[in-house]
Amino acid sequence: MIVGERKPLAEIAAMLKPYEKVCILGCGTCVTVCLSGGEKEAAETAAALSLLWQKEGKKGEVKTGTVLRQCEYEYIADYAARLEEFDAVLSLACGVGVQAMTARLPENIVLPGLNTQFMGYPVMQGVWKENCLGCGDCVLDLTMGICPITRCSKSMLNGPCGGSQDGKCEVSKEVDCAWHLIYDRLVKMDMLERMEAVQPPKDWSTSHHGSVRTMVREDVRVEGSQ
Amino acid sequence: MKAASNLQKMLDSGHFAVSGELGPPKSADISTLKHHAHDMRNHVDAYNITDNQTAIVRTSSIGVAATLMQMGLEPTVQMTVRDRNRIALQSDLLGAVSFGVRNFLCLQGDHAKFGNEPGSKNVNDLDSMQWIQAVKNMRDEGVFIGGEKLEHPLPDLFIGAVANPFADPFEYRPYRLAKKIAAGTQFVQTQCIFDLDRFERWMVKVRELGLHKKVHIVGGVTPIKSIGAARYMQNNVSGMIVPEELITRIKGAQDKKQEGIRIAVETIQRLREIEGVAGVHVMAIAWEEVVPEIVERAGLYPRPSLA
Ligand code: SF4
Ligand code: SF4
Repeated sequence: MIVGERKPLAEIAAMLKPYEKVCILGCGTCVTVCLSGGEKEAAETAAALSLLWQKEGKKGEVKTGTVLRQCEYEYIADYAARLEEFDAVLSLACGVGVQAMTARLPENIVLPGLNTQFMGYPVMQGVWKENCLGCGDCVLDLTMGICPITRCSKSMLNGPCGGSQDGKCEVSKEVDCAWHLIYDRLVKMDMLERMEAVQPPKDWSTSHHGSVRTMVREDVRVEGSQ
Repeated sequence: MKAASNLQKMLDSGHFAVSGELGPPKSADISTLKHHAHDMRNHVDAYNITDNQTAIVRTSSIGVAATLMQMGLEPTVQMTVRDRNRIALQSDLLGAVSFGVRNFLCLQGDHAKFGNEPGSKNVNDLDSMQWIQAVKNMRDEGVFIGGEKLEHPLPDLFIGAVANPFADPFEYRPYRLAKKIAAGTQFVQTQCIFDLDRFERWMVKVRELGLHKKVHIVGGVTPIKSIGAARYMQNNVSGMIVPEELITRIKGAQDKKQEGIRIAVETIQRLREIEGVAGVHVMAIAWEEVVPEIVERAGLYPRPSLA
């Protein structure tokens, strides 16, 4: 899922300063599951903002809403009419949602209420970890299901650097060394020879480094549809 | 094969090599560095020039190498993959070769988080292994990473890498060295050796795999200048082991600096006894003036002069 964290209230308040009628719009998918931008968080944010405005003596109105997926035009379209009355929409979706909303509703001001963090999953209640950078050429088959591009702080493809100690990455005792994990799994599975061959330089052109990516599937494409 | 450099000549002919290390300053005034280089010129066979070590912005390694060449001294240019993509790495290598650099040490580099630009992008387009192989391919096959041919062949280069017997997983470290050799490494310098027992255990496996016959292994030695410096390395530098006994020993000494020098000398003497160790790399950053004394007391002076 996409993991995000709500922006601090002060930053949100500063962003919304020019507007009086505001909708805090949650998103019902990833950010609901990671407890940062769903219906509940939209309500909390609205309450906190109203209180702040009250204290500051600012006149205004804060309402809330939720779109099941702000990253899909059809869900946005279903909701669009309800947003017309607002000066601004504070979207609690990820950056993808904010942009899809902007593209679909060009007359509205849509502002980001979250800092989108990463693609990852909860490793335990309340802890999410980054796992995939979307490099466009997955190597998880070579690395025992542990992504070295994302989880090695130096995105190394040929084994652990000299900073790996006690299973931890040199950047922090809180971060596991991905290559230590890969090594342990290879040993356990008796497949250590997989680390022998020198993996050639990665072709980063399949990733964001190759410029903005678009995927087209001719078999399912419908011309003129949105 | 003809040796590419004095350092290679020394190692290939079986002499116990000695190299020094110069850390460029956080300014363009390299006069102090030049003094240090000058003062140890009779005691070392070549000088490593660090590449923005610990991710702190400093005068470039290649820039300093140019000055060293003008002084008639031999640089080993360190090149990390942290700050440059493959375009810049290959281009900088050509630039350094163009004015006579022949020794290159290819390494990964500390994470930028540790330096004075923690907000920078970590490039890591290549990893150290791929960079070693790329240099070898440029030299031996005359091709860039992307497959295009160089317009003219490169001269002989001496390709170095680092090895860290103190990092984990310990059992894997000799195999990592084997991989670096397969990628094209001709000499390796190790992380600073304070835990000789662990180093020896690493060497046992290295010899078992026959790696000492395929690569020149140069042991890293750092004289401990103070208890504070030792504690810093012990606690804050990942991939380094400073045994507590060493700190206790320095604490108990009357002249702590002398004790630090004595330990360095003893370390070199022990390293000389270990089969497969081909030389030492003395890293006395911010304490360069003691290098001649250490080299002399370790019995490695005068340096052999090879025609
Ligand atoms: S290798 Fe690429 S696609 Fe696969 S998990 Fe890692 S970043 Fe994602
Ligand atoms: S310690 Fe491990 S995870 Fe961290 S940079 Fe080095 S190899 Fe990668």
